Amino acid sequence: MHEISIAQSIVDIAESKARERNSRPIQVIKLRLGEFTTIVREALEFAFEIAQEGTLAEYARLEIEVVPMVVRCVVCEAVTQPAAGVRLICAQCGFPLEIVSGEELQIEYIEIETEEEESLKWNESRFKPVS
Amino acid sequence: MERVAVQAGVLSANQQTAAENRRLFEAQGLLVMNLMSAPGAGKTTLLEATLQALRGRFRMAVIEGDMQTDLDAQRIRALGVRSHQITTGTVCHLDARMVARALAVFPVDELDLLVIENVGNLICPASFDLGESLRVVVSSVAEGAEKPKKYPVMFHKADVVLINKTDLAAASGVDLRELEANIRDVNPRAIVFALSCKTGVGLEAWTEWLQHAMELRGVTAMASVRG
Repeated sequence: MHEISIAQSIVDIAESKARERNSRPIQVIKLRLGEFTTIVREALEFAFEIAQEGTLAEYARLEIEVVPMVVRCVVCEAVTQPAAGVRLICAQCGFPLEIVSGEELQIEYIEIETEEEESLKWNESRFKPVS
Repeated sequence: MERVAVQAGVLSANQQTAAENRRLFEAQGLLVMNLMSAPGAGKTTLLEATLQALRGRFRMAVIEGDMQTDLDAQRIRALGVRSHQITTGTVCHLDARMVARALAVFPVDELDLLVIENVGNLICPASFDLGESLRVVVSSVAEGAEKPKKYPVMFHKADVVLINKTDLAAASGVDLRELEANIRDVNPRAIVFALSCKTGVGLEAWTEWLQHAMELRGVTAMASVRG
């Protein structure tokens, strides 16, 4: 379950970015996750729910874009997407394949509340009509 | 809402520490091996045999990673080799910071070879660079021929794969050629040795290769000092 330390790093990185922006709450964290990593998406989502508690990302949504594995032959340069089961030898010429994509584990961007949204929310909570 | 670009690797903090470790190791001309496998593949036994073969020729030390106990570090110490145990508690892998902290215990400048025996696990340690220059994965025959297919990332990132417990091939019904072909499928460039720590068959080819790698390293280290 290294997804716990991965989720912790995701929250840490996102929080430090949000702190540069007056510590406004994070709404979305966009992650690119390659197919050829050891990270299990469901486990990561579960770990994220634990890691986000009590942080600027407490109510953030983790958006995961799965990046498919793409390989390229170093000799014939054919670019393919390996089907079920990874085989990193070119079916055409038998030479090793290099991985073009699929190893990503990267935060693309975060979305944070604007100052207007934040003050609006604050006003709403303060002047809530009594029903 | 406002979008803020991040473009940062999730493991960048670990990679930074690993790069610092690597710079330190290279400056000292030290070969650092990250030894990984599933639990029970025979990492520690193989390490004992390897250290015995190289004893007297190189100055060696071992960092042991386990979730609990210092039993492995004791085994290495019994050979007269300096060892330090990292107990990770609940963490399933070593990371670069744990290694950096352990380095304070060793006189790094007095060593030729540092082996880091990772936590027994074919998944998590694959993602965490420690700053090593050699990644060695042990796969025991008794685990079956399909481990490289099931854990491709670990095998793909290995420099050397050691097929251990070859004496159990017949008893386990495992075809060694099939296992080796499965390793090659996910890592065509891997250097593969098949051996048995129990009978000693094949062990010498591995330890000689390692010795050669260490000598080459010594030559490059000396050349860089001279240059």
